[in-house]
Amino acid sequence: MALPELAAENGARLDDPARETSPFAIRGLTVSYGGAPAVFSVDMTVVPGSMTAIIGPNGAGKSTLLKAALGVIPRLSGRVSVLGQPLESQRRRIAYVPQRASVDWDFPTLVLDVVLMGLYRELGLLRRVRRAHLDKARDCLARVGMQDFADRQIGQLSGGQQQRVFLARALAQEAELYLLDEPFAGVDAATEKAIIDVLKSLKAEQRTVVCVHHDLSTVTDYFDRVFLLNKSRIAEGPVAQAFTAETLQSAYGGRLATAQIDQLSLG
Amino acid sequence: MSGAEFVPLSLPPILIASFAAVACALPGNFLVLRKQAMIGDAISHVALPGIVVAFLLTGAVSTWPMMLGAAGAAVVAVLLIQFVHRVGRIDPGASMGVVFTAMFAGGVLLLEQSDTSSVHLDVQHALYGNLESLIWLDAFGWESLLDPVALAGLPPELLRMAVVLVLVTGFIRLFWRPLKLSTFDEGFARTLGMRTDLLGLALVVTAAVAAVAAFDAVGSIIVIAMFICPPAAARLMTNALERQIAWSCLFAVLAAVLGYVLAGYGPLWLGAPDAVSAAGMIATVSGVILALAALFGPCRHRLGQPKGA
Amino acid sequence: MLDLGYNATLVMIGAGLLGIAAGVTGTFLFLRKRSLVSDAISHSTLPGVGLAFIVMVAFGGEGRNLFGLMAGSALSAGIGLLCVTWLTTRTRLAEDTAIGAVLSVFFGAGIVLLTVIQNMSAGRQAGLESFLLGSTAGMLRIDALTIAGGGALVLALVVLLRRPMTLSAFDAEYAASLGLDNRRIDLAMMGLVLGITVVGLKIVGLIMIVALLILPPVTARFWTERSDRVVLIAGLVGGVAGAGGAVISASAPALPTGPIIVLSGFALFALSFLFAPNRGVLAALADHLSFRRRVHLRQGLLALAQGQPVYEALTLRLLRRAGLIRRDGVATDAGRAAAAKALLDERRWQLLRADLASETAAARYDGLTPIESVLTPDQVATLDRALRPTVAS
Repeated sequence: MALPELAAENGARLDDPARETSPFAIRGLTVSYGGAPAVFSVDMTVVPGSMTAIIGPNGAGKSTLLKAALGVIPRLSGRVSVLGQPLESQRRRIAYVPQRASVDWDFPTLVLDVVLMGLYRELGLLRRVRRAHLDKARDCLARVGMQDFADRQIGQLSGGQQQRVFLARALAQEAELYLLDEPFAGVDAATEKAIIDVLKSLKAEQRTVVCVHHDLSTVTDYFDRVFLLNKSRIAEGPVAQAFTAETLQSAYGGRLATAQIDQLSLG
Repeated sequence: MSGAEFVPLSLPPILIASFAAVACALPGNFLVLRKQAMIGDAISHVALPGIVVAFLLTGAVSTWPMMLGAAGAAVVAVLLIQFVHRVGRIDPGASMGVVFTAMFAGGVLLLEQSDTSSVHLDVQHALYGNLESLIWLDAFGWESLLDPVALAGLPPELLRMAVVLVLVTGFIRLFWRPLKLSTFDEGFARTLGMRTDLLGLALVVTAAVAAVAAFDAVGSIIVIAMFICPPAAARLMTNALERQIAWSCLFAVLAAVLGYVLAGYGPLWLGAPDAVSAAGMIATVSGVILALAALFGPCRHRLGQPKGA
Repeated sequence: MLDLGYNATLVMIGAGLLGIAAGVTGTFLFLRKRSLVSDAISHSTLPGVGLAFIVMVAFGGEGRNLFGLMAGSALSAGIGLLCVTWLTTRTRLAEDTAIGAVLSVFFGAGIVLLTVIQNMSAGRQAGLESFLLGSTAGMLRIDALTIAGGGALVLALVVLLRRPMTLSAFDAEYAASLGLDNRRIDLAMMGLVLGITVVGLKIVGLIMIVALLILPPVTARFWTERSDRVVLIAGLVGGVAGAGGAVISASAPALPTGPIIVLSGFALFALSFLFAPNRGVLAALADHLSFRRRVHLRQGLLALAQGQPVYEALTLRLLRRAGLIRRDGVATDAGRAAAAKALLDERRWQLLRADLASETAAARYDGLTPIESVLTPDQVATLDRALRPTVAS
């Protein structure tokens, strides 16, 4: 029974050298809603150029971890660094794709406008939107296969299309690190394919991708690293080592039947 | 109607009402989209205690202290609402109801306790303003608009309202992108490092400044109606925020002009001798505009799923 | 205070009954997060008051008849409520926008009618402004009787309808499965809100009447987590504020009834908000600070035990103050012992959570709960046996 040592083997001892080069390193992050911690003392060290899935059962705090790390919701303790620097000074390196349900899709704006929001850092308060900006936004839409929808009202899109627009906005940020919150939740097969193609192309460009993910059956196909979370970190590492029957058992407990784990055909 | 009658008696009130309406409608667009429409209601209720406190502190009926008092009360109210909502874990609507009714009650009580009836400060004035009295006695006709001597006699409310309108427009223009971005997707805005909390507060303060200036000139009914009705009607006309803003300004001016004219001349046409409340009529007209937009507006139906659905 | 006079006593009784009814009804609104609907209802009474006056005068009657004015206000408030419902269901506008639009427009129209009345010869002394802020001064006996009777009537209706309203507010689907019609219950609830508003108009005034519906449930919420008790406490708070406010107001001049009732309710709210156990501000603040301390200490100890550096200044400060580390950051003996204990606890938890059979216990993991509070000593010993090989290695 070697379980209790897992955390240590899979990254806990990756000390400061790894943290200095990591595009996203979390130390001791705790978040609480009301009385009890939703996420407790989590350390995470994202490896540059990797594609990492954050997985864990419902209510494990996956989205909370991401949102608190990015300062979208307040945290009780913990620090986040980007390439060894505090996050605050490095926000331009990061693009975030929130959950679709987090915004009001009846908002009066067009698809292209939403993608242009990704250029906010470049445009600032008053700089004019030039042809080059528009071209860039259209390119990003084309990369997710949404070029024909640029002038649509956002409320007219299907769920999968909305997700792709969010991804296009993140692409427009030209970040080094992409953090996505459940990008595949409730989308159609075509969208799932389009999104994963884009993410793989980002990886090919040496960029780093982190996804909150819920579908265990696609983990081995899509990702090269996993981070198992259930309030605290269960395991972190390459898929082959950290995505095992034991770690899953540890993260999901009885919520994952043994049969399901067998189906994942883990090595 | 001749210029000799219109320019001194009707032009200033119409301009003041229009400026006030637009100054309130502009931030109102964002309040409505942020589901904070009732903030406008709260602001205009708490202006009364603010004004009374300012009067009791300074002992004089002068405009600037009172406007400061009302603006201060608005900020206090908004912070209190946030406090009750966050710390007390009470839903925003109820927190708002708790804070503004209590502050309003405090204002009425203070007013009754202090001897303010002799000076021109009463609840009715606060509620429906005094639009009809804002006349330009130095004017004799259209030519007075070019006469510096006559222009010096313009009601001071006109200049004040114009300045506030410029300020409000400037704020919305300057922070257009962050306002739009954070109203649509606050979480994303925060990951860009935007201080969305400060921006939200700045929006409310801007709305309060507009409300207070308008309040002084036209009373609080117009303020609440203009925060909400023109933007709401505009929301039903278009699916682009830029066009929504334009529609809301148009509706605001339309309500102001039509309301003033109907209040002043409507009763005459019906054979009654006296005019009715212009402020009340402007609010009523804005409601009619909203009703028409709700019945016939091209974009009156919901498109996307509401947040969290 | 016992020297109130007949009218004032009636007003006190009426305000007390009204307060109870408002507190109870307001609770259902509050639990459905629709408190501000009452603001739209109260403001839209004004045109009805004006129209009723005009109609009564036109038919040669006494325009100030309170009963007639109440009937008019109920009618226009009902129309206002319909407008709110229509705008929210038939257009894309959100409920708060619909409420704000209806209240301001109806109020504006009411003001127009008031100026019309002022221009009528019969209307000079109408005194309808008293409906804005409430006024019980110079009230007729019949008015006082109407208010006391009205208060009793709405309270009786609230008592009668409390069961279906409770069911529908807490679990609409379950209520439907019992054959209850949620829409009709909703309608009845709004009818009660309307009734309370109309009865309260003369005492509290239409601008402040919403306070009677909102303050009591919000106050009650600080004292209990159980919804049935919220209803009871809210009724109590409303009754005390209503009757108490009426008495205070009658005790001295220049103490208008409406504001005094609202401020009495607010005083009860403020006390609860600050001092209530658990949900009160002071209790919540103390909780938060102690919770934050526990989190930081625990994280600090775990870091110490694993030989990791502690980055956060607050964690270091707390560890130092607890005597767990020295000034230079090195663990004291007590610190090492506590750290070892924390690490052991964490490992036991990790083992427990991997065990299929102990899922219920494992779900209680939150990083802070000591494992001894979840398991029996025997169970802990079993865990330790499983741990031993790795700990030793």
